Amino acid sequence: MHLQFSALSQNESFARVTVAAFITQLDPTMDELTELKTVVSEAVTNCIIHGYENDPNGIVYISVILEEAYIDLTIRDEGRGIMDVEEARQPLFTTKPELERSGMGFTIMENFMDEIEVQSSPDNGTEIRLRKHLIKSKMLSN
Amino acid sequence: MSLNIELEVKNNVLCIRLSGELDHHYAEELRTKATNAIENYDIRHIVLNLEKLSFMDSSGLGVILGRYKQIKQLGGEMVICAISPSVQRLFDMSGLFKIMRLESNEAFALQRLGVA
Repeated sequence: MHLQFSALSQNESFARVTVAAFITQLDPTMDELTELKTVVSEAVTNCIIHGYENDPNGIVYISVILEEAYIDLTIRDEGRGIMDVEEARQPLFTTKPELERSGMGFTIMENFMDEIEVQSSPDNGTEIRLRKHLIKSKMLSN
Repeated sequence: MSLNIELEVKNNVLCIRLSGELDHHYAEELRTKATNAIENYDIRHIVLNLEKLSFMDSSGLGVILGRYKQIKQLGGEMVICAISPSVQRLFDMSGLFKIMRLESNEAFALQRLGVA
């Protein structure tokens, strides 16, 4: 499933609800759905605030691949990129404290997903690949 | 789904009741409304009622922490009440409960601040 939309904050809700609706066919638990919605919200908010610095001409790209045992979620922007990815992933780190950013976005993504990979360089945008195994499939594989 | 913000002043306590979804898009509106009320009504403490909040992300943590700092500077306190398990996970992750107080409902929260 591919989705693209303008970097407007009112689209954050659209993004998480759309991804959740697509994933529903795997019959996830309510907790898993909430976790995925939160992760989409964090990543998309990062694209809008940091990647595009609130420029609505920017486009946010989401793709979701459903496998039997897991979900692959990719969220990408073509914005300004991250100078130091390791630093950005530290809990409570933010480049925009004046906007009351909590610096918890990456920490939440890491906690709610099983795998995370961040590709970014200055002026070359950011791509975040996330994987989540579902409880149902975890039980089957045991 | 949008965010509905209900504000009520009881003595020097600002009660903020949220329903719906608190994300980056609605965080700014909450910041403005709460800040205006704190400045205009001689507010000393905040009770934040999250009973009907169905979704929150780290933008919500940011705006809540911002109001905590604001009220702390005025020598006041912030009490959070009626939090759902999914929102509580975010608070636990960020360590916010080490500095903010939690009560099961609004009546207890007000009692704790000396407003019956």
